[in-house]
Amino acid sequence: MLNVGKIEEGFVLDHIKAGKSLELYDHLHLDKLDCTVAIIKNARSDKMGKKDILKVECDIDMLDLDILGFLDHNITVNVIKNGEIVEKKELVLPKEIRNVIHCHNPRCITSIEQGLPQIFFLADEQKEIYRCKYCEEKYAERRNRRAK
Amino acid sequence: MRHLISPLDFTTEELDQLFDLAADIERDPQKYAHVCEGKILATCFYEPSTRTRLSFESAMTRLGGKVIGFSDANSSSAAKGESVSDTIRVISCYADICAIRHPKEGAATVASSKALIPVVNAGDGGHQHPTQTLTDLLTIRSLKGRLGNFTIGLCGDLKFGRTVHSLIHALVRYENVNFIFISPEELRIPDYITDMLKEKGISYQEVIRLEDVLPELDLLYMTRVQKERFFNEEDYVRLKDFYILTPEKMELAGDDMLVLHPLPRVNEIDVAVDEDPRAAYFKQAQYGVYVRMALIMTLLNLAN
Repeated sequence: MLNVGKIEEGFVLDHIKAGKSLELYDHLHLDKLDCTVAIIKNARSDKMGKKDILKVECDIDMLDLDILGFLDHNITVNVIKNGEIVEKKELVLPKEIRNVIHCHNPRCITSIEQGLPQIFFLADEQKEIYRCKYCEEKYAERRNRRAK
Repeated sequence: MRHLISPLDFTTEELDQLFDLAADIERDPQKYAHVCEGKILATCFYEPSTRTRLSFESAMTRLGGKVIGFSDANSSSAAKGESVSDTIRVISCYADICAIRHPKEGAATVASSKALIPVVNAGDGGHQHPTQTLTDLLTIRSLKGRLGNFTIGLCGDLKFGRTVHSLIHALVRYENVNFIFISPEELRIPDYITDMLKEKGISYQEVIRLEDVLPELDLLYMTRVQKERFFNEEDYVRLKDFYILTPEKMELAGDDMLVLHPLPRVNEIDVAVDEDPRAAYFKQAQYGVYVRMALIMTLLNLAN
């Protein structure tokens, strides 16, 4: 069993679906941060069988975790300070998602206009419906999400 | 800076002010003949639409302003591959206000995000056509004397017709509007609209036969079955003449029921109905100019 040491301040993202940690690494723009990141893949889990874990040592205000709410509700977010868990963050659906998913409507302006950010807004929180900011087409597929 | 991208961009109070101004323009157009002198409207039409473009051009010309623009993508820089974002930045240097029509949905939203001048969505594919909705509302308000407290029948292609969808979204903001959707099974109103009506507790019914509901209607909004929406010719041919409003059917309607149509009309209203005083679709085109005049003035901050 591989051991990765404790972090002093930052986040531990636990219960990530096995194999998805690198995707989250990209979406959280961790490559842009000058901090220690541990990516643990395929760790043993009683609950999930296999899981990924991300440990990020950084100031807790430095990461915008809203996107996790869209990508996977089931991730456990532990906030660490002085080496201790001080908070377990509740993941909520973000009001807006930028450059994470793409509009599949062939009639949408995003299909031809270069350099346009792909922006979706939360149109119905209860039904978890996101719509393209430009053409308002519903985003039908929730690829990265697990069933609740 | 204000833009008009969706019919819901203006509150009902703002629409009241806009319609009051349009009504005043109708009463005394001469009073407004010079208010836009020195101003330029750019009409950027990436797909042909003679009616809407001429309505905008007429509106600006009647206000004393000037018009520049292009009327199809081939005669614009789009043919060279220029993006909407770049085009609108350049147009912002040439004009004071821009009306844009584009085949792609959301193009006007993109334009408004980069523009330094007010942008009016003159139609973005099958998405929104807000000045048509404003035209419809002004026509109803002017000829019925009220927005609300009526039964409106929407007839024809209720599945693909964006003017119908926009009008419904605009009308649900007014009190006591009862909807009757008249369409063949294949062109029924989409579920997301009936779901929205149910959520808001607004009454509606869906029927197939126009004759069955004509006596109940205060307004009949006819639409054309559009060939370009169909994947096969056979379906189009079968459905295009499903409804034809004739003088005989008009006898079933009340004396003050108005017939509206966004035009162009093909077969769905017999030309003999044109002489009926209840036929309001050509007046509707006139209101389209008044409402665009009021809109241009409002967006250029010349309304007061």
